[in-house]
Amino acid sequence: MDAIALQVLNGLDKGGAYALIALGLTIIFGTLGVVNFAHGALFMLGAFCAVSVKALLSLEAVTLDPNKLTAWGTPMEIRVPYVETWFGEFGATLLNYSVPVSILVAIPMMLILGIAMERGLIRFFYKRPHAEQILVTFGLAIVLQEIIKGIFGANPIPQPAPEVAKGMIDFGILVGFDAGNVVYPAWRLIYFLFSVAIIGAVFSFLRFTSFGMVVRAGMADRETVGLLGIDIDRRFTIVFGIAAVVAGLAGAMYTPILSPDYHMGMDFLVLSFVVVVVGGMGSLGGAVAAGFLLGILQSFASMNEVKNILPGIDQIIIYLIAVVVLLVRPRGLMGRKGMMEH
Amino acid sequence: MKDMRISRRGLLQGTALLGAGLATPTIFSSKAWAAGYTNEPKGGTVTLGFNVPQTGAYADEGADELRAYQLAVDHINGEGDGGMLNTFSSKALGGNGINGKKVVFVTGDTQTKSDAARASAKRMIEKDGAIMITGGSSSGVAIAVQGLCQDAGVIFMAGLTHSNDTTGKDKRANGFRHFFNTEMSGAALGPVLKNAFGSDRTAYHLTADYTWGWSQEGSIKKYTEQLGWQTKAAVRTPLGAGDFSQYITPVLNSGADVLVLNHYGRDMVNSLSQAVQFGLRDKQVNGKDFAIVVPLYSRLMAQGAGENVKGIFGSTNWHWSLQDEGSKAFVKSFGQKYGFPPSQAAHTTYCQALLYADACQRAGTFMPSGVGAALEGFKFDGLGNGPTEYRAEDHQCFKDVLVVKGKENPSSKFDVLEVVEVTPRAQVEYPASLLGGELGPYNNGA
Repeated sequence: MDAIALQVLNGLDKGGAYALIALGLTIIFGTLGVVNFAHGALFMLGAFCAVSVKALLSLEAVTLDPNKLTAWGTPMEIRVPYVETWFGEFGATLLNYSVPVSILVAIPMMLILGIAMERGLIRFFYKRPHAEQILVTFGLAIVLQEIIKGIFGANPIPQPAPEVAKGMIDFGILVGFDAGNVVYPAWRLIYFLFSVAIIGAVFSFLRFTSFGMVVRAGMADRETVGLLGIDIDRRFTIVFGIAAVVAGLAGAMYTPILSPDYHMGMDFLVLSFVVVVVGGMGSLGGAVAAGFLLGILQSFASMNEVKNILPGIDQIIIYLIAVVVLLVRPRGLMGRKGMMEH
Repeated sequence: MKDMRISRRGLLQGTALLGAGLATPTIFSSKAWAAGYTNEPKGGTVTLGFNVPQTGAYADEGADELRAYQLAVDHINGEGDGGMLNTFSSKALGGNGINGKKVVFVTGDTQTKSDAARASAKRMIEKDGAIMITGGSSSGVAIAVQGLCQDAGVIFMAGLTHSNDTTGKDKRANGFRHFFNTEMSGAALGPVLKNAFGSDRTAYHLTADYTWGWSQEGSIKKYTEQLGWQTKAAVRTPLGAGDFSQYITPVLNSGADVLVLNHYGRDMVNSLSQAVQFGLRDKQVNGKDFAIVVPLYSRLMAQGAGENVKGIFGSTNWHWSLQDEGSKAFVKSFGQKYGFPPSQAAHTTYCQALLYADACQRAGTFMPSGVGAALEGFKFDGLGNGPTEYRAEDHQCFKDVLVVKGKENPSSKFDVLEVVEVTPRAQVEYPASLLGGELGPYNNGA
């Protein structure tokens, strides 16, 4: 039982990332009708916002110690971070909390980047076939990937969680298990709560603001909203920016879980598209539900008890579920009639 | 009217004559006749082909290999400070190239994909006239390129490849490996693990699902079970899984007290970081401290895992902190040129370039069978691993193996591993028949 509880928790934190990426993909598809294969790259760029913030906070004053030599005979470098020299204890704390701090940088950066992407490239492909949209956004993803590799290299760059969140939490005690049986990394639980908070914020924004109401109306019938004199294009541009922010925040907060590298976006992209299809194209609720559902099922499929019966099931479970769902419910779990059907 | 019918004998004679006539110019102008072997160098230069990952997940490792090759070429041509040529026990090379010919090189990008690696090696052999191919950061790539070089009739000096199969079941006469293998890692790590953790342990393996992972898992299981360890489970994980947490959570309450991560590169960085994140390094099971083992370490990868490597055991082919004269000379030469210490990938590729050049010089030819004969059974020293031998039976180098541990208090970002034991060569040696395979005959090509 404790093994099942652990895999549920595991599926929830993994599903949190899937749901956030799929949510952004669905928003873009629902509003702009664009199949955005660069969305994984936005997740990766968000992660590299965290890397950049840590790199900036870690900038060091370098002095040479002539009394100590390196193994190759040059004077040894003594490195002290500027933030610690300038701000003392506060500087060290800032460095320790670099990942949460990076959120403050990721929000404006990703918003600007998202809007620039939409205005500079994506808008020219609104009326083009989906195949062309896929090609151009996939090409863009590769370009972004190579730029990041050129700057940061190919190796993963570790981003530690703040000291206070590095340990484990005995989650089992809270739900009636014996002490020590269901302990889980604190940062992963924080990530799950963070993803729930972001999803809640996006839904609230779309549900309870007039901006959100117009966007939802635009998603349902873009033409009519335009006939009412509302500049729907401008709003959709901002929506693209918001979707980029959601993906970026998902990436930035994920860095202590998965050391970021230039390729991490691609790893999530395919899975997230499956999540969108299973949830139902254009359905925000479907994307979120399918994200968590597939995260949990993927975790269960990795259990030895399951793999012993069905070897290799962990590697195909998500696609298997997609096949079954599409056979039984071609529109996905919560898909809307008419979406992608003409 | 004259009878124009053609007799069967006449047809055969005519066909034979026509065939001989058509073939004659080709035979006399072909490389086989003119050169004797593939890409026999003409003029004052000889071209080597450096086939390394310049893009993809192992691009940083490939870049380090390329740096080492450039340094080796400088030294062979008599430029720079000479590096390990000064400490190498063979004194055949005189700093004037190989067999009087200046060394030049071409490069290819393996992308760490077998098909791309074969295509770039083929291009270097056929278009650029490379006489030898060397490099790579993956066993799958090494085995694929080794097969191609055998068919093309050029020597292949493997780069970083650790699977037993490279010089085991997939060995080829034209292929040579300086790097160690999983069998040696197991033999070196076993006694150290016993000393550190005792013989009453239960191991849980997470294994990358491809040739190297299977080979590594098999070797570690074999040697740890000989010590009395039990194997709780050996779970295969997809290559490049990224998040390994769903494979790590079953370990938590499995009853195992050792986690063996048969992962390399990005997979190793991720699985190790996540295992530490799940508290496994600080956990107590069966009244013992939980232990994590990474059988194959790379300093470049260890840097990626950051502080998570602290206290974690593994093995490595070479480390820049070694204090023998060869290692010191190489670190000095590399460090002064590039500003940081070389990786084990750089070391093995530098050695392979020097060993090939030396063998050609001693053989007085670049012909693969002649070069191979000079390498087979060649005993040398001064290249950083102590006395070493290129065993004739499988073209595998036998030398000391390093057991390392993640350093608790690193003095710099390069200082992440410490050598805890230099396992003597005798302890990691095994009979050539153990890993199977046949070398077959040399192919001189053309």
